[in-house]
Amino acid sequence: MEIPTAGSDFASIESEPVPTHDVLVIGAGLAGQRAALAAAEQGVSVGILSKVHPVRSHSNAAQGGINAALDPGDSWESHAYDTVKGSDYLGDQDAISIMCEEAPEEILHLEHLGVTFHRNEEGKLGTRAFGGASAARTYYVADITGQAIMHVLYEQLMKHSEQVARYEEWFCTALALDEQGECCGVVTRNVADGSMQLFGAKAVILACGGNGQVWKPTTNALICTGDGIAMAYRAGAKLMDMEMIQYHPTTLAGKGFLITEGARGEGAHLLNAQGERFMERYAPNKMELASRDVVSRAEQTEIDEGRGFPDGTVALDITVVPRKRVHEALREIVLVGRDFAGVDITREPIHIKPGNHYTMGGIKTDADGRTDVAGLYAAGETACVSVHGGNRLGANSLLDTLIFGRRSGADAAARAKRIDGARPSAAVLDAEEEKVAAIAAREKGSGRRVSEIKLELGETMDRHIAVFREEAGIAEALETVRRLKQEAASAYVDDKGSVFNQDMLAAIELGYMLDNAECTCVAALQRRESRGAQYRTDFPERNDAEWLKHIDLQQGDDGPEISYSEVTITQWEPEERKY
Amino acid sequence: MATYTLKVRRYQPESGEGPYWEEFGVELDPSLSVLDGLLQAKDRDDGSLSVRCSCRAAICGSCGMKVNGQSGLGCKTQIGEAHAQANRRTKSSSATPGRGSEGGSISDSPALAEAEEVAPILVEPMGNMPVIKDLITDMESTHWEKIRRVTPWLLPHGEAPEREYVVEPESMIDITQSMACIQCGACVSSCLSMEADPDFIGPAALAKAYRFVGDPRDAETVERLHDLGEDPHGIYDCTHCFSCIDACPKGVAPMDQIMRLRRKAGEEGIDDPNSGHNHELAFVKIIEKKGTLDEALLQQESYAPGVKGKLKPTKGAIEGLGKSLPTALRAIRSGKARSLAKLIPGIHPKLPGGAQDEVKAIYRHAEEHQEEFNIYIRGEEDVEPEPDQTEAEEIAAEEGTP
Repeated sequence: MEIPTAGSDFASIESEPVPTHDVLVIGAGLAGQRAALAAAEQGVSVGILSKVHPVRSHSNAAQGGINAALDPGDSWESHAYDTVKGSDYLGDQDAISIMCEEAPEEILHLEHLGVTFHRNEEGKLGTRAFGGASAARTYYVADITGQAIMHVLYEQLMKHSEQVARYEEWFCTALALDEQGECCGVVTRNVADGSMQLFGAKAVILACGGNGQVWKPTTNALICTGDGIAMAYRAGAKLMDMEMIQYHPTTLAGKGFLITEGARGEGAHLLNAQGERFMERYAPNKMELASRDVVSRAEQTEIDEGRGFPDGTVALDITVVPRKRVHEALREIVLVGRDFAGVDITREPIHIKPGNHYTMGGIKTDADGRTDVAGLYAAGETACVSVHGGNRLGANSLLDTLIFGRRSGADAAARAKRIDGARPSAAVLDAEEEKVAAIAAREKGSGRRVSEIKLELGETMDRHIAVFREEAGIAEALETVRRLKQEAASAYVDDKGSVFNQDMLAAIELGYMLDNAECTCVAALQRRESRGAQYRTDFPERNDAEWLKHIDLQQGDDGPEISYSEVTITQWEPEERKY
Repeated sequence: MATYTLKVRRYQPESGEGPYWEEFGVELDPSLSVLDGLLQAKDRDDGSLSVRCSCRAAICGSCGMKVNGQSGLGCKTQIGEAHAQANRRTKSSSATPGRGSEGGSISDSPALAEAEEVAPILVEPMGNMPVIKDLITDMESTHWEKIRRVTPWLLPHGEAPEREYVVEPESMIDITQSMACIQCGACVSSCLSMEADPDFIGPAALAKAYRFVGDPRDAETVERLHDLGEDPHGIYDCTHCFSCIDACPKGVAPMDQIMRLRRKAGEEGIDDPNSGHNHELAFVKIIEKKGTLDEALLQQESYAPGVKGKLKPTKGAIEGLGKSLPTALRAIRSGKARSLAKLIPGIHPKLPGGAQDEVKAIYRHAEEHQEEFNIYIRGEEDVEPEPDQTEAEEIAAEEGTP
């Protein structure tokens, strides 16, 4: 590849050197931090850039644990089979095998770094049960597993600050491509002072998390606005499985806060308003620990058929779990119940309902995190390898972030060593600066408020792209999203300043969310069958003959263009799914 | 739904003006949070109102702030409760509210009844930190730099084992309490020692340090204790004021972790400039023996414990005792110590009759029922010990699940 010399393209930035790293990671949750550390191990220069301080990332919210077949009596094949079955056979079996085979080593690596995993009586790593799994293989730190792992990885980033440069509170607005269409950097805004900065990199890894904020309510944090998915889509990368959005069975009504699946793993029951343990009728073998799509549908059916409580919920009864165990293993949930619902979960059941939780789809990658755009990688919830297919198993998300974060980091470092790299063009920086200036220039009252559009988007998506879907509803959602896209083009911001202008960032994030929403609606409309999280009341059966395939989306002139790709099947042929 | 007034301490760095107060009227359910109220004001009225926030569920640690003068998380403070607290404050006095606040001038409300309707909830940026914009503070220099000061990563020796490190299960639960820290800075904001000594390593960083000192996998426990004990701004700089325990939204109880560090440092024989560990032991010993405090003996025992300490006093002991003389004389002059005789060690009487035996019984009880500080082990304060466990097991057995 040719290295462009400082020609006319670079004239405007000739005097200002472009900060450059071999590998630049966007996002600093578990996938991003793991990727950065793995790349640094290869001896390349690494930068990690995040719109919030790394420890604020949403990986914190993963409570229950991380799956691995580490016990000698367990096997990675069993873990892989559970994952394949959980995915409703839409997961790619080669990638799932890699994830499950490498899981035990990753857990031990984390333990050696200092994660304070729960121990059994012998002082060895101990497990808890989780949904959809045929063995208790979930390793955990009380119910703060994600937080505990993420803070330990951040300790490692601090330890290796000479190898990994941290850009904390930097917001990414676009990817930079070279003349060959390869990714060679990013455009960012330094949140602290509002300056726009171009970065050069031989490889860029997107690890920006999911898009839960497209729905309201959601268990996801306010920062989960699908930034990485939208940036990759705009740069021409393919997205995959975008219709697969997980509704978690146990979220607090109204606020959408998460109650860990670990509660059911510890033995908690689901009850309808008549006090019936209704899972008996839906999943007689696994009961409350069937896979999440199954449990969410069961709850929604109870609620829709009038057996829920008047506030549109059913009850989670944790009082059946010994109190000592609750305090040791579910303390966070005790606090959530007390502080956010006014309920002492050790004494009374808490009202819950299915709520938006996880983006199974995302940027299409291979098992080394490579996207369709050379030099661009993706890992974690931003990416779709696909290991989760139609439905993710509990405690597989942390594993996904770590395994594919590490693999992306290693492969990106190898690429960086291999190529010379191109310098990003200043034109992309100029374009982004103009975009930001245009948003700031919109007069108050010239359009709607950003917050209004976001609210309408969230409520629309939760109404139509939820546990149950059907053609008319999805079409209505798509129409609304397209109208909102037009309205967003004239939405104004109050804050015209440079320092911590969160108003401006919200306007840019709204654009990301609308792209995510449009893709999800298009894919949900297209898939005329029921599989995993996509349950179409107008097509209630799974249809392997026509739909055992991924829906890929690529940006076209009039929105997403649809194509299909094969599901990789190695040793587990699709069969009927029973729990 | 109810209406509330949020009175926010604002600062817009690019305006060229100093900080000011602005009131926002919001309408929301009392069970929602102060952060929800701020976000409503931001969404509806003024998008420039700036506050770091993300999870809304007290996990990410972004929204540290002061509400009615109390440091904590905006998302974890219910707006209805904050409103009630603001009213109590207005009722009880017309004085300015929380430390460092100057915006509580609501004493001109015509009547208490009316004050109940209008008392605003005061919202300010965290203390002990420079303010960048509105509720956003600079945590880098006041928090993260101090975290990095305690070598915040595991330092095991030798090759890692092939499998996991085998450790006592309790040891992991023990340090999980400090692992539960979300680095929100509320404890730093509330820390009185840090207000007096900005170089104090501080509650958050020291709680983080305990996470390694208490970790059996870490091989540099002693080095860490020397480092933190010998730093003049280290573990002995804490004044035991409990502010951080009140402020912490996650029950980390940073002060408890600092006290554990001190105890371990004492066990390692690390010199405590205030003789705090000896002081503590002296208290325990004297009360056990006499029932009430023999102040003359307390000073001696604190600086020169036991017979050995008195026969061969260290330089530090002589200095320390010398330095405490003016304080003792002042106490006598002001009548706090009743007589000169009080200064003579050994003449302090024991409790009369069988009272001293009762004191000893209390000691025995305490030793037999050592209370664990760690909430991961003992649960929240008001939890009764296990009355329902058998009951729960019976229910579980009936329903055929473990």
